[in-house]
Amino acid sequence: MSHIRQYFQFLVKIWCLSWEGSWRFYLWMGFLSLISLIGVHAWAEQLVEGLQTTGMTNQVSWGAYIANFTFLVGVAAAAVMLVIPAYVYKIESMHEVVLFGELMAIAVITMCLLFVTVDLGRPDRFLHLMPPFGRMNWPISMLSWDVIVLNGYLILNLHICGYLLYMKYLGRTPSKKFYIPFVFVAIFWAISIHTVTAFLYVGLAGRPFWNHPIVAPRFLASAFAAGPALLILTFQIIRRVTGFWIGNEPLQLLRRITTIALLISLFLLGCELFVEFYSGTYHSVSAKYLWFGLHGHDRLVPWIWTALGLNVFALCVLISPGANRLWLLDAACIALIVGIWIEKGMGLIVPGFIPTPLGQIVEYQPSWNETFICLGIWAFGILMYSWMLHVAIPIMNGELKAGPNEAIPENP
Amino acid sequence: MAGIAGLVTALKPLLSLERGDISLSDLLQKHYQELSAEEMSRILRKLEKQSNEDYGVASNINDTKAREGVQFAYALSLSKCVGCRRCAHACLAENNQSRESEDDIEMSYIRVLELDKGSINVEESDQYYDGEVPKKDKYYMPVQCHQCQDSPCTKACPVEATWMEPDGVVVVDYNWCIGCRYCMAACPYDARRFNWKKPSLPPESVNPNQNYLSNRIRPQGVVEKCTFCLHRTREGKYPACLEVCPTGARVFGNLLDPDSEINYILKNKRVYILKEDAGTTPKFYYFFD
Repeated sequence: MSHIRQYFQFLVKIWCLSWEGSWRFYLWMGFLSLISLIGVHAWAEQLVEGLQTTGMTNQVSWGAYIANFTFLVGVAAAAVMLVIPAYVYKIESMHEVVLFGELMAIAVITMCLLFVTVDLGRPDRFLHLMPPFGRMNWPISMLSWDVIVLNGYLILNLHICGYLLYMKYLGRTPSKKFYIPFVFVAIFWAISIHTVTAFLYVGLAGRPFWNHPIVAPRFLASAFAAGPALLILTFQIIRRVTGFWIGNEPLQLLRRITTIALLISLFLLGCELFVEFYSGTYHSVSAKYLWFGLHGHDRLVPWIWTALGLNVFALCVLISPGANRLWLLDAACIALIVGIWIEKGMGLIVPGFIPTPLGQIVEYQPSWNETFICLGIWAFGILMYSWMLHVAIPIMNGELKAGPNEAIPENP
Repeated sequence: MAGIAGLVTALKPLLSLERGDISLSDLLQKHYQELSAEEMSRILRKLEKQSNEDYGVASNINDTKAREGVQFAYALSLSKCVGCRRCAHACLAENNQSRESEDDIEMSYIRVLELDKGSINVEESDQYYDGEVPKKDKYYMPVQCHQCQDSPCTKACPVEATWMEPDGVVVVDYNWCIGCRYCMAACPYDARRFNWKKPSLPPESVNPNQNYLSNRIRPQGVVEKCTFCLHRTREGKYPACLEVCPTGARVFGNLLDPDSEINYILKNKRVYILKEDAGTTPKFYYFFD
C-alpha cells in the first residue's frame, strides 16, 4: 500500500513541477500549445468535412501524413544509436545521455501514432484494430504488424524511462533484471519498427517503385543518419537551456555514427538509382517522375534535388575537420535532417502513386488544413518532449527526490 | 483555464457533426461475418431510414447471399471495345457513387484507357481522351476490379474489412472499414475508390435497389469498389456494365459451369491477363476475337 502511496506522491510532485518554470518556459510551452491547438482545430474540421480537406485523391491516396509518419518512425528507431554505445559498448559518456534518446523515442512514437490516426477516414472505428473488440488481420497485413511493433516500442521505452527515473527519484540503484532485458529487447525492437514500416511499402507488388528489397536497408541507413543528427542538436539545446551538462564526447560519437550512416545511405541511394535508370524498364517511371519529371509533370523534381544537395553538403562537412566547429556541425545536421525528411517523406511516398498503376498522372500538393494538422502534431511532439525534459532533468540532477520520511528502505 | 478554453474552441467544428452521424450502435456494430440474421435485418432497416433522411429516396437495402456452386468471372474483348465509356457511366448509375455532376465519372469503378495500337502498355495510356471513338490507331481497355484470387487488397487490410465472398467477389464491409486506404495502395489495377466526403448524389440519381455489401450509399471516409454488381448477379442478372455495352465486348459468367460462355472463351480464345506478373490471379480476362 505504501508503495502505491509513494508512487502517487511521485506523480503529484511531477504534476506540480510541470507548472514551475521561468517566463521563457511558459512562453515556449504556450507557443507550442497554441500550434497544437491549431492542429486540433484543423483535425476537427477534417473529421466533419472528411478527408476532402486534404490534397489527397483516389490517385494519390497517401500524402503528407504518411510521409511524416515514415520519417518519424526512423527518428524513433534511431534512439538505439545511443542505446547500443551505452549498453553494448558500455561507453560511460553515452550512459549519461541515453535517457534523452529514449524519451525522444516516446515523444516521436506518439507523433507517429497521431499521424496514422489523422490519416484514417474513420478514426471512430479504431477499436476494430484491437483484438478483443476488433478483428486484427494479423499476421497477414503488414499494417497490423506496424500497429503492434509501434505500440510495443512505445511501451518498452515508457517502462525503461519510467523505471529508471523513478529509481533515481527514490535514490535507489535500479535493479538490473527490471530494465536490462527490456533495453536489449528494445534494441531489436527499434530495428523492427523501421523494417516493418519499410515492409508496408515493399510488400506491394503493384507499386514497382516500392517493391524493392533495398527500401528497408535504405530506411535504416537514413534513419540512423537523421536520428543522431537530431540528437546532436537536441543535446546542445539541453546543455544550453537546462542545468544538465552534456560534454562534447557524446556529440563527437554521434557525429561519427551520423557520418557512417549517411555514407551508407547515399551508397544505397546510388545503387537504387543505378537499377532504376541503367536498365530503364517501364518500372522506373515513378523514379523518372521524381528525379526528372514525367510528361511535363515535375512538382517533386526541385524537392528531390534539394534533398540530394543537402545530404551531399552534410556529408562533405561531416567528413571534413570543419565539423569540429560546432556551428558547422550544426549546419550539417540541419541540412541532413531536412534532406532525409524530403527524401523519405514526400520523395518516397508520393512517387509511389505517380503515375497510377494505370498510367494516370495526378500530382499531389498538401492543403492548408492538412499542413496545419502536420504542424500541430510536430508542435505537440516537441511540447511533449520539452515537458519530459522539464521533469526528467531535475530528477537526473537529484533536485527532485523523495524526502527522507517518504522513502521506503531498500530492504524492508 | 486558458488551455481548456482553447481546447474547446479548437474542437468547435465537431458541434456541426449532425446527430446520428456517429451513434453508439454504429460504433458497437459487429463485423459483417459475425452478424446474426436479426441483427442484419435491424441494421438494414436503420440504413434505409438513414438514407431516406439524407438523400430523400426510399431505398430497399438487402443482404443477398452468394449462391453455391458459383465462381463469377468476367472477360472483355479488346477487339470489340470501342471506348464509348457507356460501361463507366452505367456503373455510376447502378452503384450510387458520389459525383459532382452528371458526367463526373471519377468515382466510377471502371476506368477506360485509350492505348496506341502496337503495344499493351497501360503506363502510356490516356484516360482523358475525348472526341469521336473509336479513333484510328487507337484501341480501348476498360479496367475495373479484377476480383483477384490472390488479392493484395484483402491481404493489406489491417481489420479484415475487405474479403473474398464464396462466389469469388471481393467485397468491403463499409461499416467496418477504418479508412486507412492501404488496400488502395496495394491494388495493381487502381480499382478502389475512397469517400473523401459524404457522397453527394441528387435524389433522382439514386438507385433504390441496394445491397449491404455492394451499392448502398456509402458513409464518408470508407473505401468502395466494384462487386460485379452482386445485387444483380446473385439474382441471375448481368452486371450493369455488361448490359449497356453496345458492342457485346463483355462476357460474364460462372467459372464452375462447364458450358458457360466464359469457359468457352477461356478455353478457345487468345486470352490476356493484365499485370499477370503481379501474381494476383485475376478473375477478369481480356481476349481477342
